[in-house]
Amino acid sequence: MTNSVEIKKLDLHFGAVKVLQDLNLDIGKGEFLVLLGSSGCGKSTLLNCIAGLLDVSGGQIHINGTNVTWAEPSERGIGMVFQSYALYPQMTVEGNLSFGLKNAKLPKAEIESRVKRASEILQIEPLLKRKPAALSGGQRQRVAIGRALVRDVDVFLFDEPLSNLDAKLRADLRVEIKRLHHSLQNTMIYVTHDQIEAMTLADRIAIMRGGQIMQLGSPDEIYGRPVNKYVADFIGSPSMNFLDGRIQGGAFHVGDLSIPLDGYDFAGGSPVDADATIGIRPEHVVTGELVGNAAFQVDVEVSLIEPTGSDTLIDCTVAGNHFRVRMDGQSRVSLGEKLRIGINPSMASLFDAKSELRL
Amino acid sequence: MVETTSHSFTGPHGPKPKKALSRRNIFLYGTLFVVTLYYALPLYIMIVTSLKGMPEIRLGNIFAPPLEVTFEPWVKAWSQACTGLTCDGLSTGFWNSVRITIPSVILSIIIASVNGYALANWKFKGANVFFTILIFGAFIPYQVMLYPIVIMLREIGLYGSLTGLVIVHTVFGMPILTLLFRNYFSSLPEELFKAARVDGAGFWGIYFRIMVPMSLPIFTVAVILQVTGIWNDFLFGVVYTGPDSYPMTVSLNNIVNSTQGVKEYNVNMAATIITGLVPLTIYFVSGKLFVRGIAAGAVKG
Repeated sequence: MTNSVEIKKLDLHFGAVKVLQDLNLDIGKGEFLVLLGSSGCGKSTLLNCIAGLLDVSGGQIHINGTNVTWAEPSERGIGMVFQSYALYPQMTVEGNLSFGLKNAKLPKAEIESRVKRASEILQIEPLLKRKPAALSGGQRQRVAIGRALVRDVDVFLFDEPLSNLDAKLRADLRVEIKRLHHSLQNTMIYVTHDQIEAMTLADRIAIMRGGQIMQLGSPDEIYGRPVNKYVADFIGSPSMNFLDGRIQGGAFHVGDLSIPLDGYDFAGGSPVDADATIGIRPEHVVTGELVGNAAFQVDVEVSLIEPTGSDTLIDCTVAGNHFRVRMDGQSRVSLGEKLRIGINPSMASLFDAKSELRL
Repeated sequence: MVETTSHSFTGPHGPKPKKALSRRNIFLYGTLFVVTLYYALPLYIMIVTSLKGMPEIRLGNIFAPPLEVTFEPWVKAWSQACTGLTCDGLSTGFWNSVRITIPSVILSIIIASVNGYALANWKFKGANVFFTILIFGAFIPYQVMLYPIVIMLREIGLYGSLTGLVIVHTVFGMPILTLLFRNYFSSLPEELFKAARVDGAGFWGIYFRIMVPMSLPIFTVAVILQVTGIWNDFLFGVVYTGPDSYPMTVSLNNIVNSTQGVKEYNVNMAATIITGLVPLTIYFVSGKLFVRGIAAGAVKG
């Protein structure tokens, strides 16, 4: 697989503030890459750099093998979809779709056929003569996607395209974007702070923090083997439980508990004696009849119950630490009840206490 | 189930009753009435006086409506009143003012809107320095620059001409208009500008096809500010033009202040109203857009 977008040693600073630092990223042809991070992490900035809307301070950007570091946005072979749709209010939908093509001085017949094709794919044909003000949020975002579509480019850039929509519409359009990616097979780079969007859409996710990529990997990898405590904490809802303790003699000791680590896949060798943090996702805690099979078991007292319908979240205390457990929505528990929970070390994550890196 | 019918409601119902003559209303409308009177009375006196003949004015009842309505003072003010040696009324000054105002307004707005657009959207090197200097210019008193400009205009051979005055008005309108346009353009969503760039529109393409069509309110504000400002200007008009090219305000001054003969109050009043008519019309025609535009420009600084 050849690379569609290559970012080499990218730097960007505004005065003394370093927004992006020595950033390297290769994105394969037809790949769906999601840039994920909390606000201010530089993900939108990176996207704007790829689009050519921000001048970089150092490094190079290649798209389809061409160095486009200093090329105009329109000459890079990209289409972009914005959070606020950014439709030209004085033009009809048709005008919005054809604006870029007219600027590129394409023949009229070609413009018409491209607009027709894009509006068919996105099912916005009945709206072509309307102004953006007369469209709903979902329709507007469809038109915005159409504007990228008509450009017939290999790389699509999405800047939090679904953030302005309500929850139901967001889910619908998310599916539609995924379907679009399947049928077009374009490279897509998608910025979001929503981990559900990231997990469902991405071939690979790049978790960003402080202008750098913390982890780049498939959703499975990011979820199952987070490289550090930050990524572990960021991904997953409700978030991971952390217990600070010490690894000694092949077991993790926290308070008077000792969790055996047989079956844990250490990244390096197993440390003999070290301070560490163990991370256990609430959904990986074993409850009910299966507890007997778990490598480690402990009794806890239920201190809070949050039913969400499909699941029930339980708050309890393990070795003096606040701990959350996700149970099936069907299970019946009551406040103050004693509950036996189990932990399997193969599903847990261990982090070095100082560097917070995965062990 | 609880059965609810309209009978079960006791106590007040229906729309909230309003007292026509509450203490609050009396105070509110009383104040409004006094203020209205304060502003409307001078205008009333001007209109009434301009429609009277001189004998009637000499009676001294300035509030009384005219016994005999005559438009002669208006005609005289327009075409016969004496300004110094010539006696052709305000008409010459009016056409001079038109010839000054229209090019100045168009030129200053075109330049200022492009300035504002460049400053708001194309963050070029030195943009902030340029903007600071421009705004600083707005705070220098006109009097300081009066004479240097006389010399500059003389050197380029435009002193005493309408073209010279047009240039002066255009330059002096620049700081405030640029500020106005810059603020308006930066209040427009930045993503629109980005989208247009991705769509391959250039500097002028984005300006004409995206920005200008969205900016009717701020253009209206600019037109009103400039038309009234330039039309009402006296200082620059009297300094930078000659007697042949005096704008209307200078002609008006010369008519009202000419000391020979009787003071023709009716003619003076008529001349003043005619002079004020242009800005007044502009306000009435575009008042709503003006308010909207001022608010739009004020949102983001």
